[in-house]
Amino acid sequence: MPVDTAVRPVRILVAKVGLDGHDRGVKVVARALRDAGYEVIYTGLRQTPEMVVDAALQEDAQVIGLSIHSGAHMTLFPAVVQELKRRKATDIIVFGGGIIPEDDIAALKKRGVAELFTPGTPLQDIVDWLRKRFPRGGS
Amino acid sequence: MSDIELARRFRAGDIRALARAISLVERRDPSVRELEEAPKGSTAEVVGFTGAPGTGKSTLVDALVSLLRKQKKSVAVIATDPNSPFTGGAILGDRIRMQRHALDPKVFIRSMGARGHLGGLSLATREAIRLLGAFGFDQVILETVGVGQSELEVAAVAGTTVVVLTPNLGDGVQMIKAGILEIADIFVVNKADLEGHQRVVMELRGMLSLSAPRAHAAGSPKAWKPPIIPTVAARQEGIEELWAAVEAHRRYLEASGQARELAEKRLKDETAEVVAELAREQARQALGEDAGLTARLMEDGTPYRAAEEIVTRLGRGLKPPAREH
Ligand code: B12
Ligand SMILES: Nc1nc2c(ncn2[C@@H]2O[C@H](COP(=O)(O)OP(=O)(O)O)[C@@H](O)[C@H]2O)c(=O)[nH]1
Ligand SMILES: [Mg+2]
Repeated sequence: MPVDTAVRPVRILVAKVGLDGHDRGVKVVARALRDAGYEVIYTGLRQTPEMVVDAALQEDAQVIGLSIHSGAHMTLFPAVVQELKRRKATDIIVFGGGIIPEDDIAALKKRGVAELFTPGTPLQDIVDWLRKRFPRGGS
Repeated sequence: MSDIELARRFRAGDIRALARAISLVERRDPSVRELEEAPKGSTAEVVGFTGAPGTGKSTLVDALVSLLRKQKKSVAVIATDPNSPFTGGAILGDRIRMQRHALDPKVFIRSMGARGHLGGLSLATREAIRLLGAFGFDQVILETVGVGQSELEVAAVAGTTVVVLTPNLGDGVQMIKAGILEIADIFVVNKADLEGHQRVVMELRGMLSLSAPRAHAAGSPKAWKPPIIPTVAARQEGIEELWAAVEAHRRYLEASGQARELAEKRLKDETAEVVAELAREQARQALGEDAGLTARLMEDGTPYRAAEEIVTRLGRGLKPPAREH
């Protein structure tokens, strides 16, 4: 029985995977999520899918957010989903954003990516989506 | 994960179970407390780093982890960053500097928001450290931003506290916060590749010579004088000297008897805290259920008699909260 039932903030690990230096978007999103009350763990550039998943496990994150502008989204997103399967952590949600064409979004959603946000998305839309996903915080 | 499943996986060395257990202690959920009971000889040694944002603490921790890994020690890092006082949210970015240890199974890194911990950061951190020790980590490194109360909290947990300064201190050494001299066991002047580091070392030395020698246990050989270690964390320079100073401080604590004293004092303080938590819960329960008590309380208009009554009742049978197992 918990001494206190205070809700814990949702923890979201965000990362840039692959060779991709476009970090403006991910930083803007990280700040917006912080301001919305989320705990954001930012692991920086040039992550591999293995690194991302390993860090998410250590951090007990409920969500992984990937930012990809390099064109490699069709390999990197599924690779992270696959790695989560391998580590038996499929309860962790994968979402993200960056330069991702419409058709690819549909394909990635079929392969286990929860949601994708493209350039010009209002930050509030991202926050609203998370709020709907986690109405009761990160407990 | 159920409590039983969590315990089983924790004991089997599953990182995810450790991570989940730490989340639970962050909330002061007592259900994982039995996991903290370490097998003999497996308590981790703890060194804490504090200092202003940007002084290079994460880079230093990263460099130290590399040194310790060369010595085949397993290392856990707990890095705290402040939460927004307005929203409770946080950006925890210390891992960025520690990426070369990613995928090393003997390195565990956990970011924590420094606020919003029930009972304060030091209580959650102490529990987390016991979990890490029980899980099998040899060394624990804490990193905290030197703002608010967090550096005092870290000093209350770490065996050795390292205060990090740099040459580009806006207002010079004189301006370092009151209380810092008292908590520093070691000073690091990082970014010794930048101009002005010698001046910082000299100013610091001057300041330390003016301050009263640190109180020390009766019969101990001599008081501890915090050494000043210049480092270039970004180039892994001075890290061996820093680690030698940490080990010297540990030997000093042992030889002077302070290690034991400190452990005893901290455990007593923590016990008092846990008693207060248990009592608070029972008091709330009594006040919630007992209409007669509430009536007397309202009649008195002050809390003292009701409080005494509750304490007397507790004396007859204070029960720890039931564990779901
Ligand atoms: C600024 C910029 C740069 C800057 C980057 C600076 C930096 N540190 O970020 C610089 C000049 C360095 C640069 C370099 C290059 N760039 Co450039 N760059 C851009 C540009 C103009 C804007 C990107 C940006 O910052 N947008 C502002 C932010 C806020 O938006 P955003 O990143 O899209 O983020 C939003 C969403 O995508 C989403 N989102 C993003 N990340 C995440 C993460 C999560 C978790 C979530 C939930 C949401 C989310 O939410 C955000 C808010 O709406 C785009 C064009 C464009 N219009 O997008 C090209 C663009 C991304 N670049 C491109 C290219 C090709 C390059 C270069 C290869 C060019 C070259 N040949 O040298 C290099 C590669 C550099 C590298 N190492 O990777 C192409 C990519 C093409 C592709 N993938 O198919 C683009 C699309 C331009 C184009 N039309 O060709 N670039
Ligand atoms: N010149 C110089 N820069 C350093 C050194 N150590 C760290 N830095 C830089 O200082 C900045 C802040 O470092 P970080 O470790 O994140 O500091 P923290 O906020 O105290 O954890 C980074 O840009 C580092 O690369 C050093 O020894 N010399
Ligand atoms: Mg840091």
